Amino acid sequence: MDALTDIADESSVAALSKIRADFPLIAGNEQVYLDNAATTQKPQAVIDALSNYYARDNANVHRAAHKLAGRATESYENSRESLRRFINAESREQIIFTAGTTESINLVAQSWGQTNLQSGDEIIITLLEHHSNIVPWQLLAQRTGATLLACNVTPEGEIDLADYHAKLSTRTKLVSVGHVSNALGTINPVAEMISAAHDKGAVVLVDGAQSVGHMAVDVQALDADFYAFSGHKMFGPTGIGVLYGKLELLNAMPPWQGGGEMIETVTIEHTTFNSLPYKFEAGTPNIADAIGLGAAVQYIESIDRSMVQQYEDNLLRLATSAIAQLPGVRVIGTSAHKSGVLSFVVDGAHPGDIGTLLDQQDVAVRVGHHCAMPLMQHLELPGTVRASFSLYNNTDDLDRFVAALTKALSFL
Amino acid sequence: MSANITPIEQIEDDLSFFDDWEDRYRYLIDLGKALPPMPETDKTDANIVHGCTSQVWLTVRSNPGQNTVDLLMDSDALIVRGLLALVLAAYANRSPVDIVEFDINALFERLDLLSHLSMTRGNGLRAMVQRVQILASEFTPH
Ligand SMILES: Cc1ncc(COP(=O)(O)O)c(C=O)c1O
Repeated sequence: MDALTDIADESSVAALSKIRADFPLIAGNEQVYLDNAATTQKPQAVIDALSNYYARDNANVHRAAHKLAGRATESYENSRESLRRFINAESREQIIFTAGTTESINLVAQSWGQTNLQSGDEIIITLLEHHSNIVPWQLLAQRTGATLLACNVTPEGEIDLADYHAKLSTRTKLVSVGHVSNALGTINPVAEMISAAHDKGAVVLVDGAQSVGHMAVDVQALDADFYAFSGHKMFGPTGIGVLYGKLELLNAMPPWQGGGEMIETVTIEHTTFNSLPYKFEAGTPNIADAIGLGAAVQYIESIDRSMVQQYEDNLLRLATSAIAQLPGVRVIGTSAHKSGVLSFVVDGAHPGDIGTLLDQQDVAVRVGHHCAMPLMQHLELPGTVRASFSLYNNTDDLDRFVAALTKALSFL
Repeated sequence: MSANITPIEQIEDDLSFFDDWEDRYRYLIDLGKALPPMPETDKTDANIVHGCTSQVWLTVRSNPGQNTVDLLMDSDALIVRGLLALVLAAYANRSPVDIVEFDINALFERLDLLSHLSMTRGNGLRAMVQRVQILASEFTPH
């Protein structure tokens, strides 16, 4: 197959091999890691930020009157500022630290959803969604009597926009849609969907779990009302993520969990709540991982993102055309707008068998329904094999993947 | 039913003969291909073993008049079918008490297939073995 120089120019090649060296688990490993949509590996800078925090700065934030606590608080709040910059939010109050995408979505469903929805209202999602962007809305619909509608997807794996526009109405109170599909890699036209929803007076949440690790996100340009994402899919630690929300929405929302940090004054009868973002951060926060996520943002900011995005696109295109030539291989999700994910099935072979045979050859992929069972039911597939790429993957990884897949096919 | 099942001793013998993963997997896949399919009417939701990436079905029925149980297993994935064929061979002609007590971990360890029994692989073999033991225990004398 083509060498790296065929998909990246000379100066980029040096930058790209430096990136690979930044990730200890990638640089020092024989395994080909193509499960980046599940979680990305961590650069040394993030690992260092975590261990430095525990070795030098560990203290509880926002409370104690000592220098250590001051340093911990400063690092924690600096990280919030990095995340504000990262998605171009207006203010740091709009960056709420959560455990990840799932918790961010549940926060909105509990707090905003419970206050704003009632019987007769409609929530629109799509058949492409991850279970994290389905189940919280299902539960909310059951609690409030609202109706949950799912937009169709086309055979190419794109949201059927005609169906979306047909489903949108003044009954629509909320649209919740993934920015990039974790199962197929489709980049959804969220800006267009948001503007159409706003015309009907609906609020839009974008599930950004799969976008933040691959592309620049500007929540103001998108005009998203809420934007949810996870640190671990953008080179940061697990257990930390963000909910962004528009100020007027967040201010009007009631707290969803009670405890320390989120209060202003407490009597036995009554509590007044802290201001944003603390109103939604009850208890001692995940300080270390928030700081680690800040380091991940700085890492991403240190690389040439448009070059990397171009490179990743080339890698995905190259991988797609290489496997499409293999007998019986069918790529699932053929949109012209894709990022990071190559999903496929092999006629007559179960995805699980392909996954096991690739694993035997030290190629790590994911197989199954990818937490998108309604999508698999719609596509009438038991699941797919999913190879997902990140900025540290190279053409050697691709060659080994294609060779391993070719061998796997010879078994079945 | 056990007439067309390769004896477990033979399988152990065959597997010990191979020294690379490719031969072992080709053998396992052949076992999977040779496993007689479960009747479609038995592939009900109630007979699905959960915790598997692939679909796995299991039925355990008593053999009237005999101190053995009739096990049927199937899967839509070939390698899992091969593993099921192996489990079936290990359990063939055993009494329910034997099945409950049989140390299948040790067998998989000897066969160097232990990773397939682990929960993390998601092939649900462990869940399947547990289910066989629970169902078999219903036929043991109380
Ligand atoms: C599109 C999408 N949404 C939501 C999630 C859930 O993210 P987390 O498990 O980090 O909360 C994922 C993760 O797999 C995802 O890919």
